[in-house]
Amino acid sequence: MGDILFGILAVLLGAAATYGLYWLLDKLVNLLPPKLADKFKSASFLLPAAVLVILVLVLPMFQTIIWSFMNDSGKEFVGIENYAELFGSAEFISILINNFLWIAVVPAVTVSLGVLFATLGNQVGPTREKILKSLIFMPMTISFVAASTIWGYMYVYVPPGRPEIGLLNSIARALGFDAQPWLQMDGGRLNTFLLMAVIVWLQVGYSMVIISAGIKAVPEETVEAARIDGANGSQVFFRIIVPQIWSTIMSVFVTVLILVMKVFDIVLAMTRGNFNTNVLAFEYYKQFFENSNVGPASAVVTILLLLIIPLMILQIRTVRHQETMR
Amino acid sequence: MKTFLNKIRNFKIGSTLALLSLTAIWSIPTVGLLITSLRRRDQAETSPWWDVFIDPLNQAWSIDAYSKSLESGMLDSLVNTLVVTIPSVILPLLVAANAAFAFTFIEFKGREIYFAILVGLMIIPLQSALIPVLRGMVAFQKATGLQLTGNYPSAWIIHCAFALPLAIYILRNYMLSLPVSLIEAARVDGASYYQIFWRLVMPMSVPALASFAIFQFLWVWNDYLIAFIFVGEQKSVMTYRLLKLLGQYGEGWQQVAAGSFISLALPLIVFFALQRYFVRGLTAGAVK
Repeated sequence: MGDILFGILAVLLGAAATYGLYWLLDKLVNLLPPKLADKFKSASFLLPAAVLVILVLVLPMFQTIIWSFMNDSGKEFVGIENYAELFGSAEFISILINNFLWIAVVPAVTVSLGVLFATLGNQVGPTREKILKSLIFMPMTISFVAASTIWGYMYVYVPPGRPEIGLLNSIARALGFDAQPWLQMDGGRLNTFLLMAVIVWLQVGYSMVIISAGIKAVPEETVEAARIDGANGSQVFFRIIVPQIWSTIMSVFVTVLILVMKVFDIVLAMTRGNFNTNVLAFEYYKQFFENSNVGPASAVVTILLLLIIPLMILQIRTVRHQETMR
Repeated sequence: MKTFLNKIRNFKIGSTLALLSLTAIWSIPTVGLLITSLRRRDQAETSPWWDVFIDPLNQAWSIDAYSKSLESGMLDSLVNTLVVTIPSVILPLLVAANAAFAFTFIEFKGREIYFAILVGLMIIPLQSALIPVLRGMVAFQKATGLQLTGNYPSAWIIHCAFALPLAIYILRNYMLSLPVSLIEAARVDGASYYQIFWRLVMPMSVPALASFAIFQFLWVWNDYLIAFIFVGEQKSVMTYRLLKLLGQYGEGWQQVAAGSFISLALPLIVFFALQRYFVRGLTAGAVK
């Protein structure tokens, strides 16, 4: 009960205080001599956002990079020791391999399935399309933790002698194999692929919706013209439609790629990084929250940041390109 | 005969069947766990969930798992999650709308560069800021005696700050489509920027505000990391409790299953009620 009251109060007071803050900033700027006021009129709108972003995002990010050169407690400078130790350990190399697998597999599969679903959806008429698409899209609202529960139940392993309740193992048995503890099987990184299924399942809906909007925006005349010239279905698709939605496909690809680089909750919920399923974002969590190693944890995040920087530049370029198109 | 064939063709049987079976495959995981959560415990533990399709007459249904889950703390967590989520949606909305307004309608030095930096910040991993922010908050607590961590306000602040780059980007994109002539006319009539923002731009931006609000709602509701680090055990949110349940299999799958669906209920309602805004937000680039 107390929490509900606290929440309601916070919402009311918070909204009022935020409004009051902007009102006050506006009054303050107006107190300045007109010339200065003109210069600072944007500040009264920007200041709160700027303060938050700098204090909570930008400065901490640089602090993390600095800490990555410090020892476990974050007090002594140790040079590149953390990095040397990470890259010297077989475990960390295995983590990088896993991250690489996630990056190589998930965006491509998600985009391909998205294209398939969008194309099929486009052919079945508006009512059916709407219903079926919202069912495929629905997992977007599910948390990674709940999704891991849902999939953990698919992969569940019961020791021999007790009644089978897992779907994957029932299929395995029906095909004449023995039931397996799937999530512990790292041969060929099988378990990592099983974890990837969860994120693909969650993200295909997004990929489908965006690509479907792209396909619907393809001018009908171009498709008609190709048909009149005698192109068959797959020619129309690969030579006419795909080139026109290529930028949409790429933007979905990059978005999923960014998400996948930061994947964490699924690994935590399903295997806790055991059985060779660890990834960078989870290693960070382990280093800091389980072992309180500030330096190594910061080094892991800094490596992740370095991997993300090219995507950041790409993102800025894309947005700037869109701006000039306006 | 020909019209009959055409009718069949218009029914688009191939594509419909293909999409239908893919949708079925996509729904199996959710349906399986949902059925499990609704069966009587002894049956759920001794027979697979698809038995309810094979032998529908000999099934015993029960909502015990749900009442048990709610009693053993899920209800408290539901409240905690709401208290974490609602301010974490409203606060960034107000702050971002103000900033987006300045980025759209007010000329200032370095506007393009600041905006480019903001776009770059959109994809910064949360983890890169967590340890310094946590330590900073602890230091702040020692200096002032105000309790931030282990309580809601810390989560509000972090969620707000990390939502800002994306929120500003979406809202600015939308504001750019508003008629500039209207704003200029208001300027000529002597309205201040402050008045223009609250009286003109905010009311006209409702669709964009709504799509960001839904998106941020889902993000915060489903978040685990921030809730774990900054709110933690004391006010455990649903993802936190669910993960704990998942770690201790003693209670069996049913409790976890029921908990999952309790945590899903509100997002699903929001999703089906406001799907249009959600999709609009996605197409505007709303993905973290």
